[in-house]
Parts: sequence; structure tokens; C-alpha cells
Amino acid sequence: MNTGLPRWLAVPAVIGFALVVLPLAALAAGVEWSRFAELVSTEASRDALWLSLRTASASTVLCLVFGVPMAAVLARARWRGLPVLRALVLLPLVLPPVVGGIALLYTFGRRGLLGEHLEAAGIQIAFSTTAVVLAQTFVALPFLVLTLEGALRTAGSRYEQIAATLGAGPSTVWWRITLPLLRPALISGAVLAFARALGEFGATLTFAGSLQGRTRTLPLEIYLQREADPDAAVALSVVLIIVAVLIVLLAYRRTSPIPGTQLRSGPRAIGAVK
Amino acid sequence: MIGRVAVGAALVLATVSGCASGDTEESTLTVFAAASLKSVFTGLEKDFESANPGVDVQFSFAGSSDLAAQLQAGAPADVFASADQTTMDKAVQSGRITAAPTTFATNVLTLVTAPGNPKGITGINDLADATVVVCAPQVPCGRATKKVADAAGATLRPVSEESSVADVLTKVTSGQADAGFVYVTDAAGAGAKVGVVALPEASAAVNTYPIAVVADSKQSENARKFAELVTGPAGRAALAAAGFGAP
Repeated sequence: MNTGLPRWLAVPAVIGFALVVLPLAALAAGVEWSRFAELVSTEASRDALWLSLRTASASTVLCLVFGVPMAAVLARARWRGLPVLRALVLLPLVLPPVVGGIALLYTFGRRGLLGEHLEAAGIQIAFSTTAVVLAQTFVALPFLVLTLEGALRTAGSRYEQIAATLGAGPSTVWWRITLPLLRPALISGAVLAFARALGEFGATLTFAGSLQGRTRTLPLEIYLQREADPDAAVALSVVLIIVAVLIVLLAYRRTSPIPGTQLRSGPRAIGAVK
Repeated sequence: MIGRVAVGAALVLATVSGCASGDTEESTLTVFAAASLKSVFTGLEKDFESANPGVDVQFSFAGSSDLAAQLQAGAPADVFASADQTTMDKAVQSGRITAAPTTFATNVLTLVTAPGNPKGITGINDLADATVVVCAPQVPCGRATKKVADAAGATLRPVSEESSVADVLTKVTSGQADAGFVYVTDAAGAGAKVGVVALPEASAAVNTYPIAVVADSKQSENARKFAELVTGPAGRAALAAAGFGAP
């Protein structure tokens, strides 16, 4: 079959796929499958998985609440400082996780910029599940914003303009035209954010601490078990990968481009922004 | 076209492997040592290199368990210094250590408080209203903390169980936590950034540090000399200055 691609492209592509897939296969091969159920069903493991799912869901909601308006501002506002703002929003993508954690510590920690005042008001963020959600939101937000911004730019504003000429106010246009058009990008952006939140490790450990049932998410549990019981760490890693793959698969199957909308979603949208 | 890609790939690989192979000269002595030994060992490095011209000492500092796992996986090393006996035993079981390890230092826990000790903590029984951070029971410092708390008859209610002493220490130095349990050497290294409360119960959990020459070392003579430097008078003095106890 002639797909129109030069054949030699297959060589680096296969090596690239192998680089991604081989370590995952090796991990699966390293699992003691006879003990798998026992290893992943301890109370500590179940607490960690449950906490991870809850916090990642909460972070995704926060990402949607804040990220959608942020994307709209970045895509539609006319302001000279926007490129700088966009670069800053992108920053958590490239920051080492521990740097993100330290930055959060200096903001929301007990002696932090805001944390000090919150503590005085009786609101404690340090060492709480809230701290985990904040850390996850911090690192996951760029994924949602970039996905949506790309979609907004590619979609253009023709429908919005027509709606406006027909007498619809900005809020009506936003709820009735813009958001429905963005649906596929919203879903894929939310999924990316959820998956990123699920995998968050460094900022959580630095900022939130590690306590079973409260702040010890699945990645932290894996890190801890690596020291005590490497077999359990490998088994839990596989659980994390399975959950992440299932969620990404589920969402991307639903967000195949709908003909006519000309919307783009997911990594292609990120590429479009660059 | 394939040829050009192959040449490119070969160039990339050559560059990458070139960096790695540059370090494996005959005169390089690779020392795997527990992270807590970093300041002492880097201090001893100069002594060793001036006494043994032509030998370049390279350190790999990490958690003892990480290093033992790397040894088991075949990582090239000449000397292994662990922060506890259990981890050294694992390295011995994996066959990489055949000579008997020598204990060269001990370490005990202490209680550190946030700068200025705002909660006025004077001992392990003052921690009820404080935000306390400890090591998780799965890691050596956490096991030691449990022993010390048991010896004092205290029940700790930590807000966080960290994976390493360093994580406990930074939560205390940053004021995030009121108090934490770390080794005396960590407390000494933190200086004025923490308050130190001596623990009479600390003797319930004494950590011993063993050092050994790796069995398949190509530098066994130099490796032996390095171990002798650490266990000898110069090493003892440097270790004592950092807060380590005598073996």
C-alpha cells in the first residue's frame, strides 16, 4: 500500500515507538503477576489510588473553571503583554517539578506569601489534600489552556460574529456558540489535564508532604514502596499506567475531529500554538 | 537515504557514548556513598588525591538503597559506603561485596525545630500540638524514628511521612513544619536554620555505617586505600566534625 510517506521514515519512527513502548513492556514483564492482586490491594495502595482519582478529578474541575477563561483571553484579547502571559502560563510544563513545589511552598506554605494570611484566618493548606489539588492544578493547567487556545484560534470567530449581528449578547454567544464549538477540545484538554494531575509527583512531595489517605497519592506511594518493597512499586506503576491509558484512550476515541467544525484537539492543537 | 539516516544515528550514538566512556580511565576510583556522607567524603577526596597522584576519585552520592540496587544491576564501582547495615547486607547478598565490610561511623536521630522554635518544644513529649514531620516507616530513618518514639513511650501524629531525611529537614527549615526527626549530622549541616533538641531516647536507634571494597573492582588497591583513609584517623576526625559518632 502506498500511503504517500517516504518509506525510510519508518526506520526512525519504529525506533521512536520502541523507545516509548519497550520500557512499558519491560515494566509489565517485571511484575510478579502471581502476587499482583495482593500487591496492589493493600490498604495503603487502595488509599493512594482513591486519593489520586479524587484529587486529579478536583484538579481537572479547577483547570476547567480557570483554564477555559484563560484560553479565551489568550486567544481573543488584544493586548501587547499577551505573549509574555502565554509564556508564563506555559512555564509549569517545562519547570522541574521540585521547582514548582518550592514556588507553591513560598506562596501557600505556612510562611508563604498568601499562606501566612490564610493560616492567620484559620485556613491551613500545608499538608492537606487541598495542597495536593493545588500542586496538580498548577502543573495540569497549561495542558488545558494550550489545547483550548489552539482550538479557539483554529476555529476563528465567524460563527460568533454572525450570532452577534443577529443580536446575541457576548454571554449568549459564549454559552451558545463558543463553548459548544469547543466541546471536543474541552474534552481532550480535560483528559490531558487529568492524566497530568494523576502523574504529578515532585511538586506534591515538595509542597504537600506524604501521608497515607491525605496527601500520599499513587506516584508518592510508588516512590515510597520502591524503597521498602520494589515488587509492590512495579505493580503499582502498572496500575497507574493502566488507569492513565484507559482514560486517554476513552477520551481520544470520542474526540476524533467532527467533519465541518474544523476544530483541532489535543497535541495537534499544542503544535498549532507553537 | 537510509545511509544518511544511519550515519546520523551513528553520530548521535557516538557522541552520547563518547561522553560516557571518557570517564572510565584506569586511574578513576568510583566511590558509591550514602548521601549523608557527601560533605565528609568530598572533604577527604583532596587528601586522597594528593596522597595518591594520578588517581581521580569520582563519587556517586544517593540513597543507600538506590546505590545497592545499582550495584546489584552491575553498576561499575570500586568502593561502597552505606548508611546502614541492612543495605550493606543486601549488597553482600548480591555478590558484589566479598570482603568483610568495616563499620566506620554511627549516626543517631535528633529533634529539630523550625527556626526560633516558635512552639517551645523541649522534648519528644511536647509534640502534641505541633506540626510534626517524620520519615515513613518504610525507610531507615523512619524505622529509627519509630524505635525512638517507642523508647520514649510517645505516640507521634505526624502530618507527613516523607521518603527521605532531606525532605523532612526542608519542611522544618522552611517553617512548613514545627518539628521533625532527622539525624544529628543533618541537624549539624543545617546550622542556624533549625533549632536542635537533644533526644535522650536517641540511643534506642543507632545507625551504623559500613564501608567495603567492591569484589570486581579493577582498582582494588586504591579502593582499599580509600577505605583505610575513611576508617583511619583523618576520616575519623572529619566524620566527628560533621557530627558522626565513633563506630
